[in-house]
Amino acid sequence: MEQLIISTFEQGFIYAIMALGVYITYKILDFPDLSVDSTFPLGAAITTVILSKGMNPLLALAASVAAGAAAGTVTGLIHVKCKVRDLLSGIIVMTGLYTLNLRIVGGTANVPLFNYKSVFNNDFVNALFPEALRPYKTVIIIFVIMLIAKILLDLYLKTKSGYLLRAVGDNPTIVTSLAKDSGFVKIVGLAISNGLVALAGSVMCQQQRFFEISMGTGTIVIGLASVIIGTNVFKGNLIKATTAVVIGSVIYKACVAIAIELGMPATDLKMITAVLFLIILLISMDRKKKVKS
Amino acid sequence: MIELQHIDKYYNIGTVNEVCLFKDFNLTIHDGDFISVIGSNGSGKTSLLNLICGSLGAEAGKIILNGEDITRQKEYVRQRKIGRVYQDPAMGTCPSMTILENMSLADNKGKPFGLGFGTNRKRVSYYRELLSQLGLGLEDMMGSKVGSLSGGQRQAIALLMITMTPIEFLILDEHTAALDPKTAELIMKLTDKVVREKKLTTIMVTHNLRYAVEYGNRLIMMHQGEAIVDKAGEDKDNLDVDDLLDRFNQISIETGN
Repeated sequence: MEQLIISTFEQGFIYAIMALGVYITYKILDFPDLSVDSTFPLGAAITTVILSKGMNPLLALAASVAAGAAAGTVTGLIHVKCKVRDLLSGIIVMTGLYTLNLRIVGGTANVPLFNYKSVFNNDFVNALFPEALRPYKTVIIIFVIMLIAKILLDLYLKTKSGYLLRAVGDNPTIVTSLAKDSGFVKIVGLAISNGLVALAGSVMCQQQRFFEISMGTGTIVIGLASVIIGTNVFKGNLIKATTAVVIGSVIYKACVAIAIELGMPATDLKMITAVLFLIILLISMDRKKKVKS
Repeated sequence: MIELQHIDKYYNIGTVNEVCLFKDFNLTIHDGDFISVIGSNGSGKTSLLNLICGSLGAEAGKIILNGEDITRQKEYVRQRKIGRVYQDPAMGTCPSMTILENMSLADNKGKPFGLGFGTNRKRVSYYRELLSQLGLGLEDMMGSKVGSLSGGQRQAIALLMITMTPIEFLILDEHTAALDPKTAELIMKLTDKVVREKKLTTIMVTHNLRYAVEYGNRLIMMHQGEAIVDKAGEDKDNLDVDDLLDRFNQISIETGN
């Protein structure tokens, strides 16, 4: 039981990093960005290469963010410069990246990474954690990475550039009025968003210690579900939206864990994911109706 | 000075619904002008503003701003010198951001939007002073989201925001049309004050003939893409609402609607 709770938090916090990215596109930019389904494994693919070369695992995190941001920029450029619809821009990048991800890891769909150093298994953290804390080592490290990402995002949203990002989703006209290119601001938002998603992919890959090409399938659904749960459960100004998204992600992963625990086979995971998302959507729509009438 | 030279503007080009709005349209707006533009729907008032701001391109002709040809310049680049207030109060503010955050955004126009803190604490008292001049009590609600305010309050903030940083031209696109008469009056007085204080060259599109007569130093009446009335100075001062109504009726009889 304890193991189950720990693993729920591990999963919840990893996907929370990704959900923060989806929060930027879905809630702030109002842009349904499907490229996340491939930028998540993109982070994992980059990480696979760096870890298997024996390089610093922290470098893997940084490189994943950079690669994700680059992919997000491409989605943004396709949308803004080529004037392709938002949904389609994401689909194009998502599909194209699948091939790129395979190429990065050398053409195999599965790459085990059990024997390499990771952010969870290296000399420094092994010395840092006493024997008693060992079972919690992974979840604590994930929490710290997630917290750093969240605090950086919170800080960014308070900067001038962050204000402009919030403004562009709210009312693009005002960004034009401020003599700024609203298209450029959107591209910046997509870059940050996909950077976070790829970071989550990198952490996921290091935690499960293998790369799998299909690990990104359904990322957008998990991300949206987390954002919608978080922002609906915690309405008002009691807690920050980013905090709500993190909690939403943990709640969502807990729901999935309960479903599995109740005896559903692990192969049903994606169906559980989809049905849960539908239920959450219906519940949140129901709430809106009540407010209106 | 803004010059529109030989502007041609068509809508629905290449379809059976092709409409020619402007054909060889010319207009010169001098520095310090406060022009009221009136005209029936479809007469080209808003298209005129869109052409100047760059949200609409012309098929032929040039737009010259202070001697610089801006015909091909992007809309957001032109906004460095131009400020525009829209009919819809929602267009000039960000609803999910607070009044303070909106003011901070506007205050930073023309400067880079980098990684410095979005709100400069030292400027808060200045924003408070600006808001208190509106007399709407907004200075005590700076932490409220703009989306929770009324249309009149939002329009007042929009006007404040757009004129906060130095601009040369103010474009008012029926900016009182969506407001109740009392609020419209307030916004109009406010507009006049700002225009005088900052000596802004202003173009105001309005359906309110009284405002058109009362405010500004020049009046243009648009009809089918032409300025059929263009009076400035004393000629404009001698106009009254009845003259304009007569002219409107005359057009209606001519065109049969």
